[in-house]
Amino acid sequence: MKQVFARPKSLKDVPTHYCPGCHHGIIHRLVADAIDQYGLQEKTIAVASVGCSVLLYDYFDVDTLESPHGRAAAVATGVKRSMPDHFVFTYQGDGDLAAIGTAEIMHAANRGEFLTVIFVNNTVFGMTGGQMAPTTMIGQTTTTSPGGREPLKAGYPIKMAEIIANLEGTAYSARVSVHDAKHLMTAKKTIRKAFDAQLERRGLGFVELLSSCPTNWKMTSQEANKRVKEELVPYFPLGVYKDTSAKGDEQ
Amino acid sequence: MSKKILAQGNEAIARGALAAGCRYYFGYPITPQNEVPEYLSKHLPEAGGVFIQAESEVASINMLLGAAATGARVMTSSSSPGISLKQEGISYLAGSEIPGVIVNMCRSGPGLGGIGPSQGDYYQATRGGGHGDYRTIVLAPHSVQENYDFTILAFDLADKYRNPVIVFGDAILGQMKEPVELKNPRPKTFKKDWALTGAKGRPQRILKSLYLADGELVDHNWNLYKKFQRMQKEVRYETLLVDDAKLVVVAFGSVARIVKTSIAMARKNGMKVGLVRPITLYPFPTAYLQELAQRIGHFMAMEMCTGQMVDDVKLAVMKTAEVGFYGRPPGSIPTPNELYEEIRKEYKRIS
Repeated sequence: MKQVFARPKSLKDVPTHYCPGCHHGIIHRLVADAIDQYGLQEKTIAVASVGCSVLLYDYFDVDTLESPHGRAAAVATGVKRSMPDHFVFTYQGDGDLAAIGTAEIMHAANRGEFLTVIFVNNTVFGMTGGQMAPTTMIGQTTTTSPGGREPLKAGYPIKMAEIIANLEGTAYSARVSVHDAKHLMTAKKTIRKAFDAQLERRGLGFVELLSSCPTNWKMTSQEANKRVKEELVPYFPLGVYKDTSAKGDEQ
Repeated sequence: MSKKILAQGNEAIARGALAAGCRYYFGYPITPQNEVPEYLSKHLPEAGGVFIQAESEVASINMLLGAAATGARVMTSSSSPGISLKQEGISYLAGSEIPGVIVNMCRSGPGLGGIGPSQGDYYQATRGGGHGDYRTIVLAPHSVQENYDFTILAFDLADKYRNPVIVFGDAILGQMKEPVELKNPRPKTFKKDWALTGAKGRPQRILKSLYLADGELVDHNWNLYKKFQRMQKEVRYETLLVDDAKLVVVAFGSVARIVKTSIAMARKNGMKVGLVRPITLYPFPTAYLQELAQRIGHFMAMEMCTGQMVDDVKLAVMKTAEVGFYGRPPGSIPTPNELYEEIRKEYKRIS
């Protein structure tokens, strides 16, 4: 019988610490798939960030460096400049990349670093217990916006994929979602394109993945998926915001 | 082959880094150390290396973290306000046991302070500086030649202990020009079986500072502590005229340089004054000072701040000898006459 589905080689055969319904596991799998497909496991250096995904090295079977909070793009710059023939990716949440790490990601993109950035946006600080993030939706209740996020006091949900796309050094920037199988397949292709941006030495490849956090959203997995589809996608439009590849125009 | 040139202090640091095999530099402009990145922005690429002017001090120390994690020799430099910003990364370097060289051409503070020389970052440099229970080796040059030599030494010590090393100068040491003998040594190589180079033909490697499992962090901290104990043997100091001294001045860096003239003046006037110059501020020459205190009853700390190193001198000799102090808040450079006058007063008091 032909095997049609298996665990990617670069993903360890271990249970994760992620909550039920969390999308990190799915996104890990998609990234590991891309690493395997391009045969990069032996030449990958991952940069883990601070947040729920800090234990990335427990799940990915690749060399991994743990970055201070928000600094992953700067850390990865150092790694890549020293190891230009290796594949370097960061994996960051919205608390990490879109709050404390905005300077680092903006400038890494602007320098056109040959890096791949996996940006997981679940509109909340997950690991610290559900505080408001820069991506938190207007009206969304969190532990630090108990009455719901008010724009006059706390500003607006920040759209990173669009911002990064506006920087000259960015080769690829897109936003995807993994709330259902159809979107998951698009996400899989999109992640490969963010790999291509680095592998073809065109510039920084950036993928924002809308993700659920049922625990901090205080929802069931199904409700959380529904929220991604009905609340997040209308505000954070899915799509490719920049693609410098030859086929980019066909998107 | 060695060659002698006239070089500015900051240039000597940059040349030392190149001679040590440093090929990666990440920095951000700040006075009075700008000649370090300026020199390296030209000469590092020529040597096949990488120079990045980062978006911030924070980014530059984190770029260092990334490049050093791959086993490369990496340096960043700054001055006091910038060094404060780098403390996050220095703590992570210590916690993840990644070597790196950080140069602080100390200027006056607190806050924006001024651009004149100061030794006011002594506590920050010798007590770790960032969060957590860690130490860094701190080398304090007092000449342009030592800027060059100690930068080379800093890379060796960083690699030897897998720990950040601080080269601690000041605006005087960065800006003044002196002859420097360029030694161009063959850089020492260290086996880096921890470096992240891609898991080819070997298991995955991880460099991290997070330890969550029960007891793991305790073990990690004890291991770091043991390493800091091993570092104690790297203690270095210079002594001058201590054999018959009745009063021993303890001073480092540019103050030590100036006080050498003041001590010569004191000797000319019949005062038996000597000098101990800590070269490593961490590890501090505690044991040597203790030994000296067995026969010399009076010490005097002199610093370009209102008193920081004096604490380490007191900790060393407090049970056996008396410690005087003269501190000079930053802003202008103390003259040999000024320091001589303070030595004379102290000598008179104890005689």
